[in-house]
Amino acid sequence: MADMSASNSSVQDVPEGGLKTADGRPLKAALATAQARSRRRAFLLVAPLLIFIIVTFILPIGQMLKQSVHNDGFSANMPRTTAWFDANPYGVDHGEAAFEALVLDIRDAAEAKSIGVVGTRVNYEISGTRSLFTSTGRRAKTIEPPYKEAMTALDPRWNDPDLWGTMRQVSRDYSPNFFLAALDLTRDNDGNIERVPEDRRVYVDLFVKTFLLAGLITFTCFVLGFPVAFLLARLPMKTSSLLMILVLLPFWTSLLVRTTSWMVLLQQQGVVNNLLVWMGVIGDDGRIQMIYNQTGTIIAMTHILLPFMILPLYSVMRPIPQTYVRAARSLGATSWTAFRRVYLPQTLPGIGAGSLLVFILAVGYYITPALVGGASGQLISNLIAFHMQDSLNWSMASALASLLLGAVLILYWIYDRLVGIDNLKLG
Amino acid sequence: MKKLLILSTALTTVSFAVQADEVAVMSWGGAYTTSQVEAYHKPFTAETGITVVSIDADNPATPIKAQVEAGNVTVDVVDLEYPDAVRMCDEGLLEPIDPAILSAAPDGTSAVDDFLPGAITDCAVTTIVFSTVFAYDTTKFAVAPTKIADFFDLEKFPGKRGLRKSAKANLEMALMADGVAAADVYAMLETPEGLDRAFAMLDKVKADTVWWDAGAQPPQLLADGEVAMTTAYNGRIFAAAVSEGKPFATVWDGQVYEYDLFAIPKGAPNMENAKKFITFATSTQALADQAKWISYGPARKSSGPLVGLYQDGKTEMAAYMPTTAANLTNALGSSYEFWVDRDTELNERFNAWLSAN
Repeated sequence: MADMSASNSSVQDVPEGGLKTADGRPLKAALATAQARSRRRAFLLVAPLLIFIIVTFILPIGQMLKQSVHNDGFSANMPRTTAWFDANPYGVDHGEAAFEALVLDIRDAAEAKSIGVVGTRVNYEISGTRSLFTSTGRRAKTIEPPYKEAMTALDPRWNDPDLWGTMRQVSRDYSPNFFLAALDLTRDNDGNIERVPEDRRVYVDLFVKTFLLAGLITFTCFVLGFPVAFLLARLPMKTSSLLMILVLLPFWTSLLVRTTSWMVLLQQQGVVNNLLVWMGVIGDDGRIQMIYNQTGTIIAMTHILLPFMILPLYSVMRPIPQTYVRAARSLGATSWTAFRRVYLPQTLPGIGAGSLLVFILAVGYYITPALVGGASGQLISNLIAFHMQDSLNWSMASALASLLLGAVLILYWIYDRLVGIDNLKLG
Repeated sequence: MKKLLILSTALTTVSFAVQADEVAVMSWGGAYTTSQVEAYHKPFTAETGITVVSIDADNPATPIKAQVEAGNVTVDVVDLEYPDAVRMCDEGLLEPIDPAILSAAPDGTSAVDDFLPGAITDCAVTTIVFSTVFAYDTTKFAVAPTKIADFFDLEKFPGKRGLRKSAKANLEMALMADGVAAADVYAMLETPEGLDRAFAMLDKVKADTVWWDAGAQPPQLLADGEVAMTTAYNGRIFAAAVSEGKPFATVWDGQVYEYDLFAIPKGAPNMENAKKFITFATSTQALADQAKWISYGPARKSSGPLVGLYQDGKTEMAAYMPTTAANLTNALGSSYEFWVDRDTELNERFNAWLSAN
């Protein structure tokens, strides 16, 4: 700042050879140094956050995206077979040369204890092949030429064209296979894309269901949250702060506690059913199944996500002057028209922000559907968790997560085109 | 990130560098580690003078993998689940263990014959067995269910069922309920007909089933009266029935059991002590002693008769052990090979089946 005031004072008289500061430096240069210094300072101030975001957000997401298309488990450990695939295009029959490469690779991989990695990679595509690789690896030393006959005698599956077609596909480090699998598609031995058998099609249906449920939950949150936010915005500050605690208290309560309290309330021997039986609305043998199904998921998730709708709505509604609606009424509008034409459009930024928040959170929700979802309330996130924790197929989990991320980004883009992202107010 | 993880693990473990006549054992913490300290560590130190350092981890497989890859191993013995033990052995992260170092049973039966089938792997030796069983609320049934088939019989035993929301264990139990001998279950599940049979059996109870996800849920579902019968981990039912006095009973027919194992990480600093420790801890008496502290079964047949009372001093543990002879009459060892090979395919089919109405 000292530099700036010094240069300001010298603006008064314009000497020859351009403006100079009090200490005789050209003004331009002095300004540039001052600005560079403040830019550096600004950058250093945000640097911790920037590093934090890069390390905890950008890098993991990048890694996830890469993992969904990249898996070198086969090529890194089976160099000869990979080379054979590179040299021979689709359609070339796997003859003795191919088998020789395979056997030598398996022998090396078994020696290096990496045969399990190879088997796991192929097993992602054909179930049952992991043990084929590991068991062959244990006997690899004893296999003598001619290799084709020896291998086929060891296990006839080694001569299966499906296995060879799959090995060709997984010998590429980068492949779209995980994305195809995430869309219930697969590639046949000639590389053509086809759908998987009907009894294994799960992901597309689950994606559709996840988005429909998230949409429904967003809608119920809006229907329930709008009047509450309206009330809070209209009441005097003192009362509304008090009521706001009712919104915030559950918001601050642990997610698991809220989920389990819904179990206590909604289960068949639970509070709500007991109350209904006691009042004689339903008989003791007609208790309603309200949890461990889709209904339970919708109720619990709506409750958990409601504050994310109310808070942005409230922050937008609070500053809207009541005089606008009164003016509309005095000009002859009915109360409905005044609400629809004057009040509602002003709350749009809040509706947009709340809906977007709730929808995106709902799409990725995991623990609540896992606990109260039962058979029909499963979401795609539960299958991502399965691939992360149980099947350890992280590439598949990444592909599913990337698709989810892509779909959300597309929705965000559509929202931007329709409503405009600068119309978003997060409170 | 992986390098960072390895580096930080390496740095934090430097300070734990283990002295010459010590052995560092890494396990899961909680009541489980307590049972190991009482049954293995204390008697081992008393007998050999070797100090046992006990280290806890959420899942010991993760830090061990990082330590071996960083080349800075500070742990001598590690407690692993079966899938991790086999996978890490395949990847060369564990020392092979020669079964010859294991002690024979008191009656002279060799260790290989004394342990349950599959309990000794190339790199790891089983200590305890835990099991997926089915349990019921004794107040709900006049005639008690005794067979796995009863679980799927809604006419004779009406009431809601609880099943885990995954293919594992459900398919095996369904086939055993359909009359398939335990020894044939996995061979049958590898055929499309066998799978259809398993799903057909599950179909019978599908409409009346509450699906659970976390191990703590089944005893809670039983206690709340939400289900009359449910599959569960045997330790959870034991805790609810014995420690909390709930009216739950376990049916062992058709149980699917799994192993927990001790292994030695590659490059362990006190290799000889580690082997001595494993020999000691997997001896008939030590395994039987552990059962006093936790309701998991010893992996040796010869330990069964030696199992005594629970720490409360009055509960006979034998009845609650997955490995007691009477409980093993129709039991199946969960096949790691089968599930690693097929879990993706079968869970896709299971989920498609779940969401189809």
